[in-house]
Amino acid sequence: MSGVAGAKRWYWQRLTAMALAVLVLVHLATMVLAVRGGLSAAEILGRTRGSVLAGAFYSAFVLAAAVHASLGLATIAEEWLRLEGRPARALAMAFGLAVAVLGLRAVWAVVAG
Amino acid sequence: MAAARAWAGYGGARVDAELVVRIWRGRESGEFATYRVPRRESQTVLDVVTWIQRNLEPSLAYRYACRVGMCGSCAMSVNGVARWTCRTHVSKVARDGELEIAPLANLPVIRDLATDMSGFFDKWARARGRFSGAATRRDGFARVDPASSARRAADAGIECIGCGVCYASCDVVAWRPAFLGPAALNRAWTLVNDERDTAGAERLRAVAGDAGCHACHTQGSCSERCPKGIEPTAGIAGLKRLVARAAIRGKL
Repeated sequence: MSGVAGAKRWYWQRLTAMALAVLVLVHLATMVLAVRGGLSAAEILGRTRGSVLAGAFYSAFVLAAAVHASLGLATIAEEWLRLEGRPARALAMAFGLAVAVLGLRAVWAVVAG
Repeated sequence: MAAARAWAGYGGARVDAELVVRIWRGRESGEFATYRVPRRESQTVLDVVTWIQRNLEPSLAYRYACRVGMCGSCAMSVNGVARWTCRTHVSKVARDGELEIAPLANLPVIRDLATDMSGFFDKWARARGRFSGAATRRDGFARVDPASSARRAADAGIECIGCGVCYASCDVVAWRPAFLGPAALNRAWTLVNDERDTAGAERLRAVAGDAGCHACHTQGSCSERCPKGIEPTAGIAGLKRLVARAAIRGKL
Protein backbone atom coordinates (compact mmCIF):
# COMPACT_ATOMS: atom_id res chain seq x y z
CA MET A 1 0.00 0.00 0.00
CA SER A 2 1.48 3.27 -1.01
CA GLY A 3 1.90 5.96 1.57
CA VAL A 4 0.22 8.51 -0.67
CA ALA A 5 -2.99 6.45 -0.90
CA GLY A 6 -2.99 6.11 2.90
CA ALA A 7 -2.48 9.85 3.27
CA LYS A 8 -5.42 10.51 0.93
CA ARG A 9 -7.68 8.20 2.89
CA TRP A 10 -6.70 9.98 6.09
CA TYR A 11 -7.42 13.32 4.45
CA TRP A 12 -10.85 12.19 3.26
CA GLN A 13 -11.70 10.99 6.73
CA ARG A 14 -10.74 14.35 8.21
CA LEU A 15 -12.77 16.23 5.57
CA THR A 16 -15.88 14.08 6.10
CA ALA A 17 -15.44 14.41 9.88
CA MET A 18 -15.46 18.20 9.56
CA ALA A 19 -18.54 18.07 7.33
CA LEU A 20 -20.31 15.66 9.70
CA ALA A 21 -19.59 17.90 12.70
CA VAL A 22 -21.73 20.62 11.07
CA LEU A 23 -24.29 18.27 9.50
CA VAL A 24 -24.99 16.37 12.73
CA LEU A 25 -25.46 19.59 14.72
CA VAL A 26 -27.90 21.02 12.15
CA HIS A 27 -29.74 17.69 11.99
CA LEU A 28 -30.08 17.46 15.80
CA ALA A 29 -31.19 21.09 16.10
CA THR A 30 -33.82 20.56 13.39
CA MET A 31 -35.11 17.39 15.08
CA VAL A 32 -35.36 19.06 18.49
CA LEU A 33 -37.10 22.12 17.04
CA ALA A 34 -39.55 19.99 15.02
CA VAL A 35 -40.48 17.83 17.99
CA ARG A 36 -40.70 20.73 20.43
CA GLY A 37 -42.76 22.67 17.92
CA GLY A 38 -45.29 19.85 18.02
CA LEU A 39 -45.08 18.95 14.33
CA SER A 40 -46.64 15.61 13.40
CA ALA A 41 -45.00 13.14 11.03
CA ALA A 42 -47.43 14.11 8.30
CA GLU A 43 -46.64 17.81 8.76
CA ILE A 44 -42.90 17.12 8.63
CA LEU A 45 -43.29 15.07 5.46
CA GLY A 46 -45.36 17.88 4.02
CA ARG A 47 -42.40 20.22 4.48
CA THR A 48 -39.70 17.86 3.24
CA ARG A 49 -41.52 16.67 0.09
CA GLY A 50 -40.25 18.53 -2.91
CA SER A 51 -37.68 20.45 -0.79
CA VAL A 52 -34.41 20.75 -2.68
CA LEU A 53 -32.71 22.00 0.49
CA ALA A 54 -33.76 18.97 2.57
CA GLY A 55 -32.78 16.61 -0.26
CA ALA A 56 -29.35 18.21 -0.72
CA PHE A 57 -28.67 18.42 3.02
CA TYR A 58 -29.52 14.81 3.79
CA SER A 59 -27.84 13.47 0.64
CA ALA A 60 -24.64 15.20 1.75
CA PHE A 61 -25.16 13.76 5.25
CA VAL A 62 -25.58 10.20 3.95
CA LEU A 63 -22.58 10.39 1.61
CA ALA A 64 -20.29 11.92 4.24
CA ALA A 65 -21.36 9.26 6.78
CA ALA A 66 -20.85 6.45 4.25
CA VAL A 67 -17.32 7.59 3.35
CA HIS A 68 -16.37 8.33 6.96
CA ALA A 69 -17.70 5.04 8.33
CA SER A 70 -16.10 3.03 5.57
CA LEU A 71 -12.64 4.53 6.18
CA GLY A 72 -12.91 4.16 9.95
CA LEU A 73 -14.19 0.59 9.84
CA ALA A 74 -11.36 -0.44 7.51
CA THR A 75 -8.87 0.77 10.13
CA ILE A 76 -10.72 -1.07 12.92
CA ALA A 77 -10.88 -4.26 10.83
CA GLU A 78 -7.13 -4.08 10.18
CA GLU A 79 -6.16 -3.39 13.77
CA TRP A 80 -8.66 -5.40 15.78
CA LEU A 81 -9.62 -8.23 13.41
CA ARG A 82 -6.03 -8.38 12.08
CA LEU A 83 -7.24 -8.39 8.47
CA GLU A 84 -4.88 -7.44 5.65
CA GLY A 85 -5.37 -3.95 4.22
CA ARG A 86 -7.08 -5.02 1.01
CA PRO A 87 -9.80 -7.35 2.42
CA ALA A 88 -10.35 -4.95 5.31
CA ARG A 89 -10.98 -2.09 2.90
CA ALA A 90 -13.20 -4.27 0.67
CA LEU A 91 -15.34 -5.27 3.64
CA ALA A 92 -15.58 -1.69 4.89
CA MET A 93 -16.36 -0.39 1.42
CA ALA A 94 -19.24 -2.89 1.12
CA PHE A 95 -20.59 -1.56 4.42
CA GLY A 96 -20.14 2.04 3.21
CA LEU A 97 -21.99 1.26 -0.03
CA ALA A 98 -24.85 -0.31 1.93
CA VAL A 99 -25.05 2.81 4.13
CA ALA A 100 -25.07 5.03 1.04
CA VAL A 101 -27.76 3.00 -0.78
CA LEU A 102 -30.05 2.65 2.25
CA GLY A 103 -29.54 6.26 3.27
CA LEU A 104 -30.15 7.73 -0.18
CA ARG A 105 -33.24 5.53 -0.55
CA ALA A 106 -34.57 6.99 2.71
CA VAL A 107 -33.79 10.54 1.55
CA TRP A 108 -35.61 9.81 -1.71
CA ALA A 109 -38.64 8.53 0.21
CA VAL A 110 -38.84 11.64 2.39
CA VAL A 111 -38.16 14.18 -0.34
CA ALA A 112 -39.65 12.68 -3.51
CA GLY A 113 -41.89 9.84 -2.24
CA MET B 1 36.29 -1.84 39.82
CA ALA B 2 35.91 -0.72 43.40
CA ALA B 3 33.24 1.70 42.28
CA ALA B 4 31.49 -1.06 40.34
CA ARG B 5 31.59 -3.29 43.42
CA ALA B 6 30.24 -0.53 45.58
CA TRP B 7 27.42 -0.14 43.13
CA ALA B 8 26.71 -3.87 43.04
CA GLY B 9 26.19 -3.64 46.77
CA TYR B 10 24.63 -0.29 45.89
CA GLY B 11 24.72 2.91 47.82
CA GLY B 12 22.06 4.21 50.11
CA ALA B 13 21.29 3.32 53.66
CA ARG B 14 19.71 -0.02 54.36
CA VAL B 15 16.04 0.07 55.17
CA ASP B 16 14.44 -2.65 57.30
CA ALA B 17 12.35 -4.06 54.52
CA GLU B 18 12.44 -6.52 51.70
CA LEU B 19 11.21 -6.26 48.16
CA VAL B 20 9.48 -9.15 46.44
CA VAL B 21 10.61 -9.00 42.82
CA ARG B 22 9.16 -11.09 40.01
CA ILE B 23 11.39 -11.16 36.92
CA TRP B 24 10.67 -12.65 33.51
CA ARG B 25 12.96 -15.58 32.73
CA GLY B 26 13.00 -17.10 29.27
CA ARG B 27 12.36 -15.99 25.74
CA GLU B 28 8.94 -15.47 24.12
CA SER B 29 7.78 -18.32 26.33
CA GLY B 30 8.98 -18.47 29.89
CA GLU B 31 7.78 -17.59 33.36
CA PHE B 32 8.29 -15.12 36.17
CA ALA B 33 10.79 -16.09 38.87
CA THR B 34 10.50 -14.55 42.33
CA TYR B 35 13.42 -13.05 44.24
CA ARG B 36 13.71 -11.31 47.59
CA VAL B 37 15.85 -8.21 47.58
CA PRO B 38 16.82 -5.98 50.51
CA ARG B 39 15.19 -2.58 50.28
CA ARG B 40 17.50 0.46 50.30
CA GLU B 41 17.01 4.17 50.37
CA SER B 42 17.11 5.87 46.95
CA GLN B 43 17.12 2.44 45.27
CA THR B 44 16.41 2.35 41.55
CA VAL B 45 14.81 -0.50 39.62
CA LEU B 46 18.13 -1.04 37.82
CA ASP B 47 19.83 -1.34 41.24
CA VAL B 48 17.38 -4.12 42.08
CA VAL B 49 17.97 -6.03 38.83
CA THR B 50 21.74 -5.68 39.19
CA TRP B 51 21.62 -6.86 42.81
CA ILE B 52 19.72 -9.97 41.73
CA GLN B 53 22.14 -10.65 38.86
CA ARG B 54 25.22 -10.26 41.10
CA ASN B 55 23.90 -12.02 44.19
CA LEU B 56 21.18 -14.48 43.25
CA GLU B 57 20.95 -15.16 39.51
CA PRO B 58 24.25 -14.79 37.60
CA SER B 59 22.62 -15.99 34.37
CA LEU B 60 20.03 -13.17 34.33
CA ALA B 61 20.23 -11.31 31.00
CA TYR B 62 19.54 -7.57 30.94
CA ARG B 63 21.05 -4.49 29.40
CA TYR B 64 22.39 -1.20 30.71
CA ALA B 65 25.34 1.09 30.16
CA CYS B 66 25.40 4.64 31.52
CA ARG B 67 23.14 4.45 34.60
CA VAL B 68 22.39 8.16 34.30
CA GLY B 69 19.60 8.34 31.72
CA MET B 70 21.69 9.05 28.65
CA CYS B 71 22.29 5.81 26.77
CA GLY B 72 18.71 4.52 26.49
CA SER B 73 19.61 0.85 26.97
CA CYS B 74 18.01 -0.11 30.31
CA ALA B 75 14.30 0.30 29.54
CA MET B 76 12.07 -2.48 30.88
CA SER B 77 8.45 -3.01 31.74
CA VAL B 78 8.02 -2.32 35.47
CA ASN B 79 4.66 -3.31 37.00
CA GLY B 80 3.22 -3.23 33.49
CA VAL B 81 4.59 0.20 32.50
CA ALA B 82 7.61 0.77 30.24
CA ARG B 83 10.26 2.83 32.07
CA TRP B 84 13.95 3.72 32.04
CA THR B 85 15.00 1.63 35.02
CA CYS B 86 18.18 3.56 35.90
CA ARG B 87 16.18 6.65 36.78
CA THR B 88 13.10 5.02 38.19
CA HIS B 89 13.08 4.90 41.98
CA VAL B 90 11.63 1.81 43.58
CA SER B 91 9.68 4.04 45.97
CA LYS B 92 7.82 5.49 42.99
CA VAL B 93 6.73 2.22 41.38
CA ALA B 94 6.63 -0.59 43.98
CA ARG B 95 3.13 -1.69 44.95
CA ASP B 96 2.90 -3.18 48.45
CA GLY B 97 6.63 -3.88 48.34
CA GLU B 98 6.36 -5.80 45.05
CA LEU B 99 7.87 -5.28 41.64
CA GLU B 100 7.17 -7.18 38.42
CA ILE B 101 9.89 -6.63 35.85
CA ALA B 102 9.47 -7.83 32.26
CA PRO B 103 11.14 -7.13 28.92
CA LEU B 104 9.77 -4.20 26.88
CA ALA B 105 6.54 -4.99 25.03
CA ASN B 106 6.28 -4.91 21.21
CA LEU B 107 9.86 -6.18 20.77
CA PRO B 108 11.10 -9.77 20.37
CA VAL B 109 12.70 -11.13 23.54
CA ILE B 110 16.28 -12.37 23.20
CA ARG B 111 16.44 -13.65 26.77
CA ASP B 112 15.03 -12.57 30.14
CA LEU B 113 14.96 -8.75 30.14
CA ALA B 114 16.99 -8.21 26.94
CA THR B 115 14.95 -7.43 23.82
CA ASP B 116 15.98 -7.41 20.18
CA MET B 117 15.96 -3.70 19.23
CA SER B 118 17.01 -4.22 15.59
CA GLY B 119 13.45 -3.97 14.20
CA PHE B 120 12.95 -0.78 16.21
CA PHE B 121 16.03 0.89 14.69
CA ASP B 122 15.34 -0.51 11.19
CA LYS B 123 12.17 1.56 11.32
CA TRP B 124 14.23 4.70 12.00
CA ALA B 125 16.05 3.98 8.75
CA ARG B 126 12.74 3.31 6.95
CA ALA B 127 11.44 6.68 8.19
CA ARG B 128 14.49 8.33 6.57
CA GLY B 129 15.93 9.08 9.96
CA ARG B 130 19.34 9.94 8.50
CA PHE B 131 20.40 13.54 7.89
CA SER B 132 21.06 14.45 4.24
CA GLY B 133 22.92 17.70 3.72
CA ALA B 134 24.11 19.63 0.70
CA ALA B 135 27.09 21.37 2.30
CA THR B 136 30.66 20.14 1.97
CA ARG B 137 33.54 20.38 4.38
CA ARG B 138 34.67 23.52 2.57
CA ASP B 139 31.42 25.35 3.32
CA GLY B 140 31.08 27.40 6.45
CA PHE B 141 28.84 26.53 9.37
CA ALA B 142 25.12 26.88 8.70
CA ARG B 143 23.60 29.72 10.68
CA VAL B 144 20.31 28.48 12.09
CA ASP B 145 18.13 30.92 13.99
CA PRO B 146 17.48 29.18 17.31
CA ALA B 147 14.28 31.17 17.76
CA SER B 148 12.74 30.13 14.42
CA SER B 149 9.61 28.00 14.72
CA ALA B 150 11.18 25.15 12.73
CA ARG B 151 14.24 25.03 14.96
CA ARG B 152 12.10 25.16 18.09
CA ALA B 153 10.02 22.23 16.77
CA ALA B 154 13.21 20.25 16.08
CA ASP B 155 14.61 21.11 19.53
CA ALA B 156 11.44 19.80 21.20
CA GLY B 157 12.13 16.30 19.85
CA ILE B 158 15.91 16.23 19.56
CA GLU B 159 16.74 14.79 23.01
CA CYS B 160 15.46 11.29 22.18
CA ILE B 161 17.81 8.62 23.59
CA GLY B 162 16.26 5.75 21.62
CA CYS B 163 15.23 3.79 24.71
CA GLY B 164 12.11 2.27 23.09
CA VAL B 165 9.76 3.21 25.96
CA CYS B 166 7.37 5.00 23.57
CA TYR B 167 7.47 2.08 21.13
CA ALA B 168 6.65 -0.42 23.88
CA SER B 169 3.80 1.80 25.12
CA CYS B 170 2.14 2.30 21.71
CA ASP B 171 -1.06 0.34 21.04
CA VAL B 172 -0.83 1.02 17.31
CA VAL B 173 2.58 -0.71 17.19
CA ALA B 174 0.95 -3.73 18.88
CA TRP B 175 -1.90 -3.73 16.37
CA ARG B 176 0.09 -2.92 13.23
CA PRO B 177 3.51 -4.56 13.16
CA ALA B 178 4.53 -2.43 10.16
CA PHE B 179 3.82 0.89 11.94
CA LEU B 180 7.03 2.92 12.15
CA GLY B 181 6.27 3.93 15.73
CA PRO B 182 6.64 7.13 17.75
CA ALA B 183 10.44 7.24 18.02
CA ALA B 184 11.14 6.86 14.29
CA LEU B 185 8.44 9.40 13.42
CA ASN B 186 9.77 11.82 16.05
CA ARG B 187 13.20 11.50 14.45
CA ALA B 188 11.69 12.21 11.02
CA TRP B 189 9.90 15.25 12.50
CA THR B 190 13.16 16.71 13.85
CA LEU B 191 14.76 16.28 10.42
CA VAL B 192 11.95 17.82 8.37
CA ASN B 193 12.36 20.83 10.68
CA ASP B 194 16.11 20.95 10.09
CA GLU B 195 16.61 23.66 7.49
CA ARG B 196 19.97 22.16 6.41
CA ASP B 197 18.39 18.84 5.44
CA THR B 198 17.68 18.21 1.75
CA ALA B 199 15.64 14.97 1.79
CA GLY B 200 12.37 16.58 2.91
CA ALA B 201 9.99 15.36 0.19
CA GLU B 202 11.48 11.88 0.20
CA ARG B 203 11.10 11.72 3.99
CA LEU B 204 7.47 12.84 3.85
CA ARG B 205 6.77 10.04 1.36
CA ALA B 206 8.49 7.58 3.71
CA VAL B 207 6.37 8.58 6.71
CA ALA B 208 3.00 8.91 4.90
CA GLY B 209 0.30 6.29 5.01
CA ASP B 210 -0.93 3.40 7.14
CA ALA B 211 2.54 2.31 8.25
CA GLY B 212 3.49 5.90 8.99
CA CYS B 213 2.10 8.97 10.67
CA HIS B 214 -1.47 8.43 9.43
CA ALA B 215 -1.86 5.26 11.50
CA CYS B 216 -1.42 7.21 14.76
CA HIS B 217 -4.64 7.48 16.77
CA THR B 218 -3.30 10.34 18.90
CA GLN B 219 -3.78 8.30 22.07
CA GLY B 220 -0.66 9.91 23.48
CA SER B 221 0.79 6.95 25.42
CA CYS B 222 4.21 7.77 23.91
CA SER B 223 4.08 11.36 25.16
CA GLU B 224 2.79 10.21 28.54
CA ARG B 225 5.59 7.68 29.02
CA CYS B 226 8.61 9.31 27.34
CA PRO B 227 11.21 9.67 30.10
CA LYS B 228 12.72 12.68 28.32
CA GLY B 229 9.43 14.55 28.20
CA ILE B 230 9.28 14.49 24.40
CA GLU B 231 5.86 14.55 22.75
CA PRO B 232 6.04 12.27 19.69
CA THR B 233 2.25 12.69 19.34
CA ALA B 234 2.73 16.38 18.58
CA GLY B 235 5.47 15.65 16.04
CA ILE B 236 3.31 13.00 14.34
CA ALA B 237 0.44 15.51 14.09
CA GLY B 238 2.93 17.93 12.53
CA LEU B 239 3.98 15.29 10.00
CA LYS B 240 0.31 14.72 9.07
CA ARG B 241 -0.07 18.46 8.40
CA LEU B 242 3.09 18.62 6.29
CA VAL B 243 2.14 15.49 4.30
CA ALA B 244 -1.34 16.94 3.61
CA ARG B 245 0.19 20.24 2.48
CA ALA B 246 2.67 18.43 0.21
CA ALA B 247 -0.13 16.27 -1.24
CA ILE B 248 -2.27 19.33 -2.05
CA ARG B 249 0.70 20.97 -3.79
CA GLY B 250 1.38 17.74 -5.72
CA LYS B 251 4.81 17.37 -4.12
CA LEU B 252 4.25 14.01 -2.48
